[in-house]
Amino acid sequence: MNEPTPDILQKTCLYDSHVALGARMSPFAGFMMPIQYTSIIEEHNAVRQAAGMFDVSHMGEIFIDGPEAEAFINHIFTNEIRGFEPGKVLYGMMCYPDGGVVDDLLVYREFAPESFLLVVNAANIAKDYDWILAQAKANPLSGKPFDCRIVNASPEWGQIAVQGPDAEKVVVEVLGLKEAPALQFYTFCDASWGGSRLILSRTGYTGEDGFELYTTLEGTREIWDILLKAGVPPCGLGCRDTLRFEAGLPLYGDELSPEISPVMAGLGMFCKFDKEFIGKDALLAQKAGELDKKLVGIELEDNAVPRAGYPVETPEGAEVGVVTTGYHSISLDKSICFALVGKEFSALDTPLSVRIRKKVFPGKVVKKRFYQTNYKK
Amino acid sequence: MSKILEGLLYSESHEWVKVEGGIAVIGVTDFAQSEMGDITYVDAPEEGDEIEKGEEFGALESVKASSDLYAPVSGKVVEVNEEIVDSPELVNEDAYAAWIIKVEMSDPSELESLMDAAAYKASIE
Repeated sequence: MNEPTPDILQKTCLYDSHVALGARMSPFAGFMMPIQYTSIIEEHNAVRQAAGMFDVSHMGEIFIDGPEAEAFINHIFTNEIRGFEPGKVLYGMMCYPDGGVVDDLLVYREFAPESFLLVVNAANIAKDYDWILAQAKANPLSGKPFDCRIVNASPEWGQIAVQGPDAEKVVVEVLGLKEAPALQFYTFCDASWGGSRLILSRTGYTGEDGFELYTTLEGTREIWDILLKAGVPPCGLGCRDTLRFEAGLPLYGDELSPEISPVMAGLGMFCKFDKEFIGKDALLAQKAGELDKKLVGIELEDNAVPRAGYPVETPEGAEVGVVTTGYHSISLDKSICFALVGKEFSALDTPLSVRIRKKVFPGKVVKKRFYQTNYKK
Repeated sequence: MSKILEGLLYSESHEWVKVEGGIAVIGVTDFAQSEMGDITYVDAPEEGDEIEKGEEFGALESVKASSDLYAPVSGKVVEVNEEIVDSPELVNEDAYAAWIIKVEMSDPSELESLMDAAAYKASIE
């Protein structure tokens, strides 16, 4: 996601290590982050074929607990958290009343009663926290504030993602976290590191099996150094984007935004319409047909690379959409992209072209999950 | 440290030129390939195309970004290196062996505006 560079860029607790490793650093979501250490292709392939690790300490952690925490989160979150057990993780969005997206996030139901963790995008931490606080002031049923406590603990938590088919082996053998094999994808457990809490979560953003480890800043630095010494390759945000893209996963700012709703993005399955939540009516109307655009996958016949912002055209040359993310896919060796196009052009196999510089490259609509994911069910 | 070859001429937009009589052999510098990272696609002009000094004549695509190529001299494209179109990674392996196009120069005096190795070295430091 491109955004203006803020005057003061934050650093994660692993910043010094990135610099010492010679990473190419770049501003992302208000943080100075590593884009690549050696090469995006090498790091991408390490995650697909073995394991790699990412500093994702920039992500935000917001804890919500209290008697009305569940009711409150269910009011602001598109997915259904009632009946969802401790130790489970759920993906969904927070929407504005018009169906636009405040953020996409993970909700963890903690083992402590009435307690939840929301993991949000780095670029949106302040916006999300303000949004959540504002919504908590009025329960639409009672008119009173929701009875819950909301804490933005983002600065106190580091996070490392270990991703790839060998991730479980790494987490067990290198870090001694024997709890890992029992976890299924989208579940977590509480472990400890140096006497502090460590949240071991079988989640990720790569299309591979993997874990996300949340702990103190000090613990995060220790774990990172142990993994480095064990030869686990550090991987930058460059390949994090190519990996998530191939797996059909959206990035807030590109595929979801205040203008791109979950229904437009094809993520309606994460919105549960048999409950009340902010944005429900607008999203229902979009589902019922009040929708002009849809996010699709497009595969080109040529190797030219479609990039965000390039126009999408019909074979007759009419402009009907725009690319949101595109790459020459590293794992598939094809040029593919996500594009937001007129709804009438969203059916599979519809011929669509992308204008790349002065030339037009023909292609067709394909499924957005370009790469077969390998999660532990 | 980026490699810079003596005897070549360089543009501010990081193309190199090797002069062979009236022909300019054009590629991108080692500095440019290193800044771009893994190159995955070469968008080259066609044989017979006319290119104009300072104008875009194609692009290199890396995983993350696209970088336009600017003509260091004007003239007619007489040959395109099909080998690097098929294997763009050759540009990363040796940017000075991986020429992109050969151009029959229409105005060889344009070469005077290009930098020599020492000046180019100073410009990227």
